[in-house]
Amino acid sequence: MIPSAFDYVAPSTVDDAVRALNDAGEDAKIIAGGQSLLPVLRMRLAAPSKLIDLGKVAELRGVREDGDALVIGAMTTHYDVQRDPLVREHAQLLAVATDTVADPQVRHRGTFGGSLAHADPAGDLLAPALALDVEMVLCGMDGKRTVPAADFFVDYFTTALRPSELLVEVRMPKYTGWHAHYEKFNRVAQAWSIVGVAAAVNVAGHTISAARVALTNMSSVPVRASGVEQALVGQEATPDAIRAAAERAVEGTMPVADNNADVAYREHLAKVLTSRAVTAACG
Amino acid sequence: MTATVEPEVGRARLRKEDARLITGRTRWTDNISLPGMLHVAVLRSPMAHARISNIDVSAAKEASGVLAVVTGADLADEQGSLPCAWPITEDMKAPPAPALAVDTVNFAGEAVAVVVARSAAEAHDALEAIDIDYEDLPVVLDMNEAIADGADLVHPDLGSNASATWIFDSAEAGSGGDVEQAIAASDVVVERTFRQQRLIPAFMEPRSVVVDPTGEQITMWSATQIPHILRWMTSAVTGVPETKIRVIAPDVGGGFGGKLQITPEEIVTFLLARRLGRPVKWTESRSESMVSAHHGRDQIQKLTLAATQDGTIKGLKVELLADMGAYLRLVTPGVPILGAFMYNAIYKMDAYKFVCTNVFTNKTPTDAYRGAGRPEATYAIERMMDELAAELSMDPMELRRKNWIKHEEFPFNTVAGLTYDSGNYEAATAKAMEDFGYDALRAEQAERRERGDAVQLGIGISTYTEMCGLAPSRVLGALSYGAGGWEHAAIRMLPTGKVEVITGTSPHGQGHETVWSQIVADKLGVPFDDVEVLHGDTQSSHKGMDSYGSRSLAVGGTALVLAADKVIDKARTIAAHMMECSVDDIEFSGGSMKVRGTDTSTDIQSIALQAHVAHDLPDGVEPSLDSEATFDPENFSFPHGTHLCATEVDTETGQVRIRSYVCVDDVGKVVNPMIVEGQVHGGLVQGIAQALFEGAVHDESGTLTTGTLADYLVPSAADMPSFTTGHTETLATSNPLGVKGVGEAGTIASTPAVVNAIVDAVRHRGVNDVEMPCTPMRVWQAIQGGSQAAAGPGGTESGGGLGSLDASQGGAR
Repeated sequence: MIPSAFDYVAPSTVDDAVRALNDAGEDAKIIAGGQSLLPVLRMRLAAPSKLIDLGKVAELRGVREDGDALVIGAMTTHYDVQRDPLVREHAQLLAVATDTVADPQVRHRGTFGGSLAHADPAGDLLAPALALDVEMVLCGMDGKRTVPAADFFVDYFTTALRPSELLVEVRMPKYTGWHAHYEKFNRVAQAWSIVGVAAAVNVAGHTISAARVALTNMSSVPVRASGVEQALVGQEATPDAIRAAAERAVEGTMPVADNNADVAYREHLAKVLTSRAVTAACG
Repeated sequence: MTATVEPEVGRARLRKEDARLITGRTRWTDNISLPGMLHVAVLRSPMAHARISNIDVSAAKEASGVLAVVTGADLADEQGSLPCAWPITEDMKAPPAPALAVDTVNFAGEAVAVVVARSAAEAHDALEAIDIDYEDLPVVLDMNEAIADGADLVHPDLGSNASATWIFDSAEAGSGGDVEQAIAASDVVVERTFRQQRLIPAFMEPRSVVVDPTGEQITMWSATQIPHILRWMTSAVTGVPETKIRVIAPDVGGGFGGKLQITPEEIVTFLLARRLGRPVKWTESRSESMVSAHHGRDQIQKLTLAATQDGTIKGLKVELLADMGAYLRLVTPGVPILGAFMYNAIYKMDAYKFVCTNVFTNKTPTDAYRGAGRPEATYAIERMMDELAAELSMDPMELRRKNWIKHEEFPFNTVAGLTYDSGNYEAATAKAMEDFGYDALRAEQAERRERGDAVQLGIGISTYTEMCGLAPSRVLGALSYGAGGWEHAAIRMLPTGKVEVITGTSPHGQGHETVWSQIVADKLGVPFDDVEVLHGDTQSSHKGMDSYGSRSLAVGGTALVLAADKVIDKARTIAAHMMECSVDDIEFSGGSMKVRGTDTSTDIQSIALQAHVAHDLPDGVEPSLDSEATFDPENFSFPHGTHLCATEVDTETGQVRIRSYVCVDDVGKVVNPMIVEGQVHGGLVQGIAQALFEGAVHDESGTLTTGTLADYLVPSAADMPSFTTGHTETLATSNPLGVKGVGEAGTIASTPAVVNAIVDAVRHRGVNDVEMPCTPMRVWQAIQGGSQAAAGPGGTESGGGLGSLDASQGGAR
């Protein structure tokens, strides 16, 4: 289908982009890789007056180290995240979760920041971001501010971003030496997760010394499985211990029913997939 | 140029049409752009059933670029009623079917108004300015409720939601006994009710139509399977003489039956072009296609299968409810009837009865979809054979073997009144069983059960046959179908020795140009590349019944062979004159006419030139080799085969993985093995998709919640196993090529093989059915022995992603 008419600008700096966003008012919409926005526009489910394309803002791309932090520019494509050696070394969970996103064409266009800002609870990168305690760096007319992932995701397709703010980069502690797995469950290869589980563990000897677990599509926002994490820490990575911990996966979730899964089945899947994700992460 | 050394028939030729199709150097309908062309956008009802109390188009008429805004009331005098060519009974109830709804809408997605503008974008913009007031009417969705006493009515004027009831009874037909007696006399009676979910054909190229009224004839390009029927029916609906209508189906990107239709948009675009005197184009979006192009399947099947304790089948009773949707489209009522002759399948039995009631609901109309009635029949009987085997504790293949028609029993008159001309079920099965490793998989299945493995293995069988090569005209007449089933072909011998072949079939992806060239190359002894195949334009291909029902090769290919024989006969006469011998002394082979017992010969190209210049022809011989033939088959053709599927079912999640899939099909003579392989693969995927993935779901308001390809799960290659395919070749006796047809076989066969395998994997957990599509949730719930919510969606929301936003077209939120 054909979108409604809109104006279009493509600034080349963050400052210009923020100014364009501020000037355009609330009807404006940022376009990053366009993998979520374009279908919405084409189906006329949204009709923004102006699109501000971040494709030419070079400073928003790339992965770097900043002391103890790993920093990923919001416009870094999934493909670049996937193959980045720093991400593989310090944020394996994000790398393996990104491997499961859509297909190669989408991964070459879609961006990490765009996916987080879109905040689709079925998107695969929200749970890893939450599990890894990332911080979102937002930039508005008054400068930058930092919001932890736990506060960033507010509701379905809703974040802490203010109307004239951009997500510019994502900062996270380094999880060097951690092991991770993202367990994605869907019916066909190219589909959103029915449920997904992001798990990263630090194993010392045979004992789990630290664990990060978060769930995709079990609520209107990604859900941190804190109960599972608590139950895992200090345990030996045995099947029984992991299965017992995974029983707590549904704490704090509010899943919905749809054609693919009713609430009971989603809750069941959350437990099974958590067990599988942690088991795979523990290797 | 003389003989082609290697016969063309049987060669895995690359397809001559693919270079242009793959590179996009072609004209799809939407690529056609004419001077002064206008664009149509269609406003669709968001309501499943409502009265239109007011339409305000004033703002839309003022919108940028808009030339006209037209409602159903504006067209009421000229739009007529969309045709239904298959009144299955004399008392069939059929509502008027306006192209644009006039005062009532009967399904979400029905066309209500159109905008004509200078650009497609302006036309779509203006749709948003049309204001319609709807008054809710009760929505009828469930077939069982629809036929209950006091039900709300889709069409109150008809007095009932039951359109027609069609019955076949072997006792009345004289092809068998009384089914109730057979059931009463049997040791074992198995009853099951299956749900054939509603499917969406989901052809790759969306529908599109361009109409140019500026010439002496009104020319209509359409992404259709049926240009000839479209021309006829457009004339019938609009009253414009057929001579004043030219229809062209250019390259068409798939149909699967979904483009076997006379669409509302074709008629509306035609009328608008005529009214405005300018070329007009309409092309649908995928969202429009999902809600408004006809759907397929959607039946509730109640089966009763009776047998003796030793597994001998005695009788089969089939009671169907078939969902028509809101209107009867071109062949809507006949689709379940095409299945009526196939429920008995390859098995011998004493008695058979089939009763089908066609039911109206407030949903998108159904109509032909790959297999059309036969997949439903095959699914039902093949599922029942597994259920009966389980009941009798017999191996399911052993049960089939005990009951199928033996190869020496052909031709065989079935209990459904057909005559199967040929087949060898034993041979296909033996090959499939060997390729599959049946015994080893059974051993692994037992081992996994014993071990209580979380992943259980299941084996599913489908020993199918189908009837295709549609169709003997007399049979169609007996079934009250409105047209014949013959096909036409013509051959033009050009002075340069090149050959033009004209076919009345209408390819839309199958590869006719390649296959027709192969046949003609062999028949006339001309090079493959010298043959050009013309099709899909009623001006060049003036006579035809188009492509559907796996008919093109068996019927159209036969017409081609007959036309080639006429060319040869004419050439023989001229050759005898050229070489001064008797016609009886001419031997023809490899393109060469040779005087028997001499070295004197001439080739068919030289004869074509002689015929063309006509300087020296025998007296009374017309100066042409050109010939045509129309072939009306005397029987259907009956492909068959054995499909074996092994699935791994994850009992913790319900996820199904196809571990291996082996099929051995007998489609008769194979002209091009590569094309046949492609048809089998595509067919398998479409059948497996019904088993595992696809299903059109409506919420309680009648909104299609699977209105995008994010929610209606058409699988990709990534979701499919590698297929092991094979063939046996038992020639059809009903045509000179010995071909049967392969377009639908894979789809017909594969669905029950997959579901049988799933049920087999978890039968020990008390499961005897899982409703399609066998989603992980349904499989898991079935294993839990739960409420068989396995029989319904978990909610009315679509499954995340785009679909959670709903489709803008026809979305009744």
